Amino acid sequence: MSQRTEERLPDGSPTTGPGAPTRRLTRRERKRRDNAEERTRIKEPRSDRIFLFFVYLLLAVFLAIVALPLIYILASSFSSPEAVSAGRVTLWPVDFSLRGYEAVLGNSQVIQGYVNSLIYTVAGTVVSVVLTIAIAYPLSRRTFAGRNVFMSVILFTMLFTGGLVPTYLVVQSLGMLDTRWALIIPQAVGVWQVIIARTYFRTAIPDELEEAAQLDGCSDLRFLWSIVIPLAKPMIAVVALMYAILQWNSYFDALIYLKSPDLFPLQLVLRNILILNTYSGGGQDASVVMERQQLADLLKYSLIVVASVPVLVIYPFVARFFTKGIMIGAVKG
Amino acid sequence: MHTLQPPAPVTTAKPRGRQRPKLSLRRSLRRHWQLYLLIIPPMVYFLVFKYIPMSNAVLAFKNYNVVQGIWGSDWVGWLNFEAFFSNPVFWSLVKNTFLLSFYTVIASFPIAVILALALNEVRQGFFRKTVQLVTYAPYFISTVVVVSMIILMLSPRLGIISRGLGFFGVDQPDLLGNPDYFRHIYVWSDVWQTAGYSAVIYLAALAGIDQSLYEAAKVDGASRIRKIIHVDLPGIMPTAVIILVLAVGNIMAIGFEKAFLLQNNLNLGQSEIIATYVYKTGLLNADFSLATAVGLFNSVINLLLLVFVNMIAKRVTGNGLWS
Repeated sequence: MSQRTEERLPDGSPTTGPGAPTRRLTRRERKRRDNAEERTRIKEPRSDRIFLFFVYLLLAVFLAIVALPLIYILASSFSSPEAVSAGRVTLWPVDFSLRGYEAVLGNSQVIQGYVNSLIYTVAGTVVSVVLTIAIAYPLSRRTFAGRNVFMSVILFTMLFTGGLVPTYLVVQSLGMLDTRWALIIPQAVGVWQVIIARTYFRTAIPDELEEAAQLDGCSDLRFLWSIVIPLAKPMIAVVALMYAILQWNSYFDALIYLKSPDLFPLQLVLRNILILNTYSGGGQDASVVMERQQLADLLKYSLIVVASVPVLVIYPFVARFFTKGIMIGAVKG
Repeated sequence: MHTLQPPAPVTTAKPRGRQRPKLSLRRSLRRHWQLYLLIIPPMVYFLVFKYIPMSNAVLAFKNYNVVQGIWGSDWVGWLNFEAFFSNPVFWSLVKNTFLLSFYTVIASFPIAVILALALNEVRQGFFRKTVQLVTYAPYFISTVVVVSMIILMLSPRLGIISRGLGFFGVDQPDLLGNPDYFRHIYVWSDVWQTAGYSAVIYLAALAGIDQSLYEAAKVDGASRIRKIIHVDLPGIMPTAVIILVLAVGNIMAIGFEKAFLLQNNLNLGQSEIIATYVYKTGLLNADFSLATAVGLFNSVINLLLLVFVNMIAKRVTGNGLWS
């Protein structure tokens, strides 16, 4: 087996698979190995190297297209109000200032929204994770009769829904309108997350383990609590993060179910300020009005950054797990 | 209806050793009563928030009256549907919904595949990790923020796009106010947001391709391009088919959130889709019955599309969502 194939391993380990050296090679040894490889491997034709060049070019273009808008927003948020309004900012802050962030932090609506979003995210995630485990674990047990029926009942909701108004009427009749419950309960369980959790339980908890525990007189709930959940921590973390991010980013439920502004989550506050332009400005003096207008422009950029930072800061650390989650959910059996 | 198969991997279903006999329901109940107790709350959730709304959809055939409630209101047969079909906005709603979704599928599918194939050619390293991390990131940004970014960047007064065009001496048209641009803005911003995320699925499929195929290709002297055409593309076909089926099955359920946020009075001609119309008639104008009828129409079309596309996919490629 040649070195070339080893590089293609998805985990990207630079080692050479079975029999890999456990210690690091010295420089000389590495050189000798590389030379040997150079002699034996089929040489890459020039057309391939040209092709590879275009691949890198293409990826660089992709990278730029995705990154530039983000950099632009970030640069604007750290610029002065005048520079932003005059359109002088491109990819680096102009007249560095923190006025935008001061304005964001001084806005009581934003602070209230932030606090509300934290509440919804924490409470919603706890409820969602508990319910997801409660349904996914039984469905993962082979000795649980009727699990296919239950699973079909759940999967069908992915294909067909009652629709907006019928759902709204249910929430209304439960008296949840304009309460915090409306943001936590109606969207509590995601079918996708149930599938991920069930698959994990199925593969990570062998039936033999459960049988053994049962012979020792361990009840199902006890087994779930003291064996399954500790073993499933990585999966629970992934599912919890999926729910948390969904909850943090959602605004539509708040839009239809909430009326009181002091219950609004951050995303709805954002919509009101950023999209509906309802940043209240007072003052009759022309220069004051203009200053306010400039500050309102700047505030938008800073607000975008402030609202996205929690998610984007967490994400590089969890991206790996998310990838695994997508794969579990996407691969069909 | 076909019987549904869970779209999750059944990797553990491989017969290992002896097959355990299935328990009868009664024995299972006695042995696992705690698990049955455990599953009650989430099943109640599905019943209340998914199945009761489905039964509430009978509203579509009634004239909803608050006092009499859903079941007490008078039956009106197909009247609500007839009202919707004869409404002049009907065709434009269907057309807008369909075109917007179809365009999204057509645009994002190949780009995600190309991104995955390109990433797959690059060795594991700093560049590859950077590209993946950055292209994946926008997926985590909320719809509200993405739409705000679009509005800020496209605004003729402040936007960086208009300045870029101004540099070349071109005046920027009012992109958000002109209905002709709405679809392009919607679709390409969607591609921007989701391409990296979608590529991950194809990367996973590529990683699962049998290494000996690559070695065989190499021995046969295949170039990188040939290797992509003859090994990579066939390798990701099953995954691609599933993703396409799901995407087409969702074609009528296109994201309400983004279309609604990007809407303004000027681009309404192309941005009004079925979902936004349901929201407006149902919750803003409180015409519950009509809105339910429209929503039901949407769900049914959706389901039919999914079944139909799945049937075609199975016939053509042998892959489908369910057997």
